[in-house]
Amino acid sequence: MARNFREVDIEQIKDKLGFGADKIYAVMGEFSDPHDLVHAGRRIREMGYTKIDALSPFPVHGIDAAIGVPYSKLGWIVICIALCGSATALLLQWWCGTYNYPLVIGGKPLFDFSFSIPITFELTVLFSAFASVIGMFALNGLPRLYHPSSNYRLAHRATDDRFILVIEADDPKFNAQVTTEHMKSVGAGTVEVVVG
Amino acid sequence: MADIAIRQDPQLMATNPPLVRAEGYHDLTEQISTIIEGDVFKTPRKYWITLSITSSIVLLLGAMLTYLVSTGIGVWGNNRPIGWAWDITNFVFWIGIGHAGTLISAILFLFRQKWRTSINRSAEAMTLFAVACAGIFPLFHTGRPWRAYWLFPVPNTDLNMWQNFRSPLIWDVFAVSTYGTVSALFWFTGLVPDLATIRDRATTKVRQWVFGFLSLGWRGSARHWSHYEVAYLILAGISTPLVLSVHSIVSFDFATSVIPGWHTTIFPPYFVAGAIFSGFACVMTLLLIARWALNLQNLITIKHLENMNKIILVTGSIVGYAYCTEFFIAWYSGGVYERFTFVNRAFGPYAWAAWTMYSCNVFIPQLYWFKKMRTSIPVMFVISITTNIGMWFERFVIIVTSLHRDFLPSSWGYFKPTWVDICTFTGTIGLFLTLFLLFARFLPMIAMSEVKGVWAKEKQMFAKETVGHH
Repeated sequence: MARNFREVDIEQIKDKLGFGADKIYAVMGEFSDPHDLVHAGRRIREMGYTKIDALSPFPVHGIDAAIGVPYSKLGWIVICIALCGSATALLLQWWCGTYNYPLVIGGKPLFDFSFSIPITFELTVLFSAFASVIGMFALNGLPRLYHPSSNYRLAHRATDDRFILVIEADDPKFNAQVTTEHMKSVGAGTVEVVVG
Repeated sequence: MADIAIRQDPQLMATNPPLVRAEGYHDLTEQISTIIEGDVFKTPRKYWITLSITSSIVLLLGAMLTYLVSTGIGVWGNNRPIGWAWDITNFVFWIGIGHAGTLISAILFLFRQKWRTSINRSAEAMTLFAVACAGIFPLFHTGRPWRAYWLFPVPNTDLNMWQNFRSPLIWDVFAVSTYGTVSALFWFTGLVPDLATIRDRATTKVRQWVFGFLSLGWRGSARHWSHYEVAYLILAGISTPLVLSVHSIVSFDFATSVIPGWHTTIFPPYFVAGAIFSGFACVMTLLLIARWALNLQNLITIKHLENMNKIILVTGSIVGYAYCTEFFIAWYSGGVYERFTFVNRAFGPYAWAAWTMYSCNVFIPQLYWFKKMRTSIPVMFVISITTNIGMWFERFVIIVTSLHRDFLPSSWGYFKPTWVDICTFTGTIGLFLTLFLLFARFLPMIAMSEVKGVWAKEKQMFAKETVGHH
């Protein structure tokens, strides 16, 4: 039933986004064990493919090295935003306390780095948290309504118990027929040429 | 399958029982997802009865707050000199409860404690609900909750000034609101892959739409996971100092004052240990009930519960040590007011509260030195409840006994809660339980993607061990 729903909606969305039904997205195949996925991924990469992806229900150890996923740059984004958070907090406390509306309370200094630590810390954490969550989704290209990989017959099992290997059609070495054979040769089941 | 046979090897099971019991990835998905996938109208009647009781208590909370706002803060028992009483006690109590969620999701993650995966989702949810309950008290204690934006540096024309950034109370506003927000982000990030699982299993249109929307198009690509794992690590890394800072800053509300009994440097670590102590106890209470009601024995095993009890024992003992230090310093400092406060705490008009606190927090958890006690479900259920009673009393004792005998005997007083105090607190318990019941019914209570990862590793380990035997 899940499939029916998907096909109906995807047709409309594809029209809107300009995907043709004849456009090949990838060759996809599935494994039931994460280790097989990693081994197969490594062999596919050794054959010279570069646009490889894998879908799995949990992060599979070693898959990044096997299929050549670079290490995430998210950390750099977060540290920049975190420093913005610290700067915002310090500027806020300094500008409000000494410049915009100085209040003399208990003879304490109008601004000092000691009493501004808690708020600076909290805003740094707050900014970093937003940066890491929003940054993670942005780098992943999410949220998105449609992705061609969902046309694969077992795509809905990628969040359950299947480990799916994808060789994308953008790959210079891609040839629907040959790639299908390659995919089968590394032991993948339910190999399909996926369009969308 | 071979691994099932391995799991049934009694010798291996006895020496090193697996953390989670399942026949495969699909079985794990089934065990967790089916809880929330049934027809809403076919949910067992028990659930609806419980939910209707707890949500009636939420109505009571609404009625109490309406009465408070329309009448005034005088409907609470707060008086001179006890200007902070049940409201702040309840605030600190609920904030403290929340700390276990972040500890389990962040600190235990950094320490690579695999057993956290079965309990982190519900503990994080509990954090959010506890923070929501906590926020109610200071908000309504201001007396004018519609002026709540005055707490934040929001430019406006009716206050026309800025907050006093030198005050720990404004630090608290930043700490608690950051804590609530970051906990929500952490929780949602952890939920997304599981929401995608529910989306892909959905059989009804409503569920397809709702979970399709909430899962944001997650498809479990290796690139997704790569960024996701870094994001999760960063969130854990920043939540760890955050959770330590929140209760430290809450304790600054007291420690930076000049009230004997409050003005001590031990407060930040002592409050943090107490918060984790009470939070774990609360997670324990909820999990024991959920484990029983939803048949989660395969996923939340005695091993998980025993580990949590060990943490309860450690943090309870830290709290006990802090009590001793407080008494020692009160004597050693030579301050007469300090000494009086502590003697009065243990033997004065509120001695009954203080001794409830010592018994529940320090003496009773010592039973956990015995493995038999740590692994007995009735024992841990009772101790989880006494711990929370004890920790509620700790905040009550710190706040009320330190205030009720002011420097001048002419301004001594005694605090008694009014029926509004009692009903408001009961109301927040109702709110907490209602939110938790809704969560347990409509969202995956156990982090499927994380448990699957742990299960995969265990399977590998077990396979190796069996090979070694032959």
